[in-house]
Amino acid sequence: MEKRRFKVGLFIPCYIDQFYPQVGIATFELLKKLGSDIGYPLNQTCCGQPLANSGSEHEALGVYAAFVKNFRSFDYVVSPSGSCVYHVKKHYDILVGSGLVPDEDVNKVRNNIFELCEFITKILGVDDTCAYFPHKVGIHQSCHGLRGLGLGRESELAGSGEGVGVVERLLSKVRGAEIIELSRKDECCGFGGTFSVFEPAISVSMGRSRVSDHIANGAEYITATDVSCLMHMEGIIRRESLDVKVVHIAEILNSSLNE
Amino acid sequence: MSKHSKEGKKFLSDKSKASWHDDTLWGVRKKRDRAVSMIDDWEVLRERASSVKERVLDNLEEYILQFENSARNNGVIVHRAKNGSELNSIILNLLKSRGFTRVVKSKSMLTEECSLNHFLEYNGIEVVDTDLGERIIQFRGESPSHIVLPAIHLKREEIGETFHNRIGTPAGCSDPIQLTAAARVHLRSKFLNAQAAITGVNFAVAESGTVVICTNEGNADMGLNASAKLHIHCMGMEKIVPTFGDLAIFTRLLARNATGQAITTYTSHYTLPDEDCEMHIVILDNGRSERLRNPIFRNSLKCIRCGACMNTCPVYRRSGGHSYRYLIPGPIGSIIAPFGNCQNVSKKSQNNQNERIYSDLPFASSLCGSCSSVCPVKIDIHNQLYQWRQILTRKKQVSPIKRVVMKFVGKILASHLLYSYAGKIARLAIRISPRVLIYNRLNAWGLERELPVPPKESFNEWFRRTQKS
Repeated sequence: MEKRRFKVGLFIPCYIDQFYPQVGIATFELLKKLGSDIGYPLNQTCCGQPLANSGSEHEALGVYAAFVKNFRSFDYVVSPSGSCVYHVKKHYDILVGSGLVPDEDVNKVRNNIFELCEFITKILGVDDTCAYFPHKVGIHQSCHGLRGLGLGRESELAGSGEGVGVVERLLSKVRGAEIIELSRKDECCGFGGTFSVFEPAISVSMGRSRVSDHIANGAEYITATDVSCLMHMEGIIRRESLDVKVVHIAEILNSSLNE
Repeated sequence: MSKHSKEGKKFLSDKSKASWHDDTLWGVRKKRDRAVSMIDDWEVLRERASSVKERVLDNLEEYILQFENSARNNGVIVHRAKNGSELNSIILNLLKSRGFTRVVKSKSMLTEECSLNHFLEYNGIEVVDTDLGERIIQFRGESPSHIVLPAIHLKREEIGETFHNRIGTPAGCSDPIQLTAAARVHLRSKFLNAQAAITGVNFAVAESGTVVICTNEGNADMGLNASAKLHIHCMGMEKIVPTFGDLAIFTRLLARNATGQAITTYTSHYTLPDEDCEMHIVILDNGRSERLRNPIFRNSLKCIRCGACMNTCPVYRRSGGHSYRYLIPGPIGSIIAPFGNCQNVSKKSQNNQNERIYSDLPFASSLCGSCSSVCPVKIDIHNQLYQWRQILTRKKQVSPIKRVVMKFVGKILASHLLYSYAGKIARLAIRISPRVLIYNRLNAWGLERELPVPPKESFNEWFRRTQKS
């Protein structure tokens, strides 16, 4: 594919960097093969959400500023995490006027950061990544992507709205993949950042209920735009030896580009 | 571990009841979804309701004056109460000066807020809650666990036992029809003997001075029309809607969003006093003015108490209303509780006390945002919870350990060097440590979950190794 003219900065969130590098690699390879000119700033760390969600956004200002410095030179910033992208878009407002970095840089990054699936469909204009994944897949709609970024239509809202979400759009084009229906199609998995450790019993109960919905409806894999939700559900699946696996959407979409 | 977290864990320990609670309330959410899907312009209605409330909040004092004038012209006596104790004494004086001792009361979260029942009972007045759910928890000496379904934490067997002890239904009887019939007979005698009737208010129409009361059981109307000569309607100052046209928006929203009904069985308008009866309206502030002046939380005054944020909240459904320890539980309650307009608070220092007591509630949420999306008046509930977290942390209402940890983490995450070093050590530690060192009671994640299997190489390291050209 012909190289696009714009420069894309790849943001690999901290927990993907440290614990799920394969998701970062899949994202990098996928974007490259779709013709993006990608840069990966080597000094990146985290978006700061773990601090802010715990009530300490004032301690996160330095993290925010570092993020903006790392990514301000790019036309777009793309990340395989709806939650981190939402955080930058929604909550970096406190960086504006702080004097730590120029406001125009903050706004540029906030306006041009995209979750991977949204970037592929809306900016690259691609629906079919020519992937092959012959499995029954359940989509876990991560809350921040769904309700925060509007990646799909929330079940709470009435009317037809925009119809099919970006994840379904991409996944429905994947050869061999069969999307299963869930009985609660977009209930939260209970990860919720530090909620998962401050309210562990409720968090796990929520996760267990999501996982069993996928299993009851025949999913072999649970996929999502966010590794955080998947990490939480995988933790339960492994502890309880349940018969379902998790896979990030980037891994599915990248699954056969080599073949 | 926070109080909510402990209470939630306790609630979950009765597995079958907890899963019944979750399923039942999810069932209400599904009924709500079906009901709203039948309205073509539902999202437009929400927008309009939100903007009407916005207009009311912008001009609240003027609308209250208009409402007061209209009501007075109708021959209604209007009182203003600054706080709960003022409301309580206004009502007690009305009763005492007439020598009344028997009161029936329909459902009203506002009187719960003022602990009116306890106050009147302490002063020798019999107060009977006539809403079935409220009567059940009144018998049991409990507080409501949901604002629309106050006894949703109870199963029918428990209610059967309570009724057996209190109104003599046969032992072991838990048939809902029989229990309801017994309650009906019991309440009928209370209605017929009541000297005064107290009600809550769902909406107050400024242009006409009308109070609107929505019930499914007709119990508010029974109370007002059976024998009581003194009628007292208690409302929060935010209940005003300007016109009947505006009211129509809210009556379309309320029942659909609350229980999935097109409209409550009874939607009664009371404008003029009945013959031989006195009609009073008490308008309560109790911290609402303070919330109105707060730009972050002002929006929460739009709430019409439909309870949909509770039904949809996966945390509420799994922890039960009592885990919040506040009269309004769930997402909207977690915004209001730290404000502390519940306990006859008038002094600033007591507000801080409520911030401390309820400091865990804004954290009792995964911030999934479902509450904001079902809210019929578009309150940005989950954002307000996020804002409370920041405020409570700045005000040092969270544990000092947590604050120190966050400061430390903030320093690490701001520097790539420290971050990658810390990450490397963490991964190595998880890989080489014996299981007992990692999985113990200090590791909240690992109590019921596995940690991810740490890779030898981070993405960053992979990138440096393979893409270094």
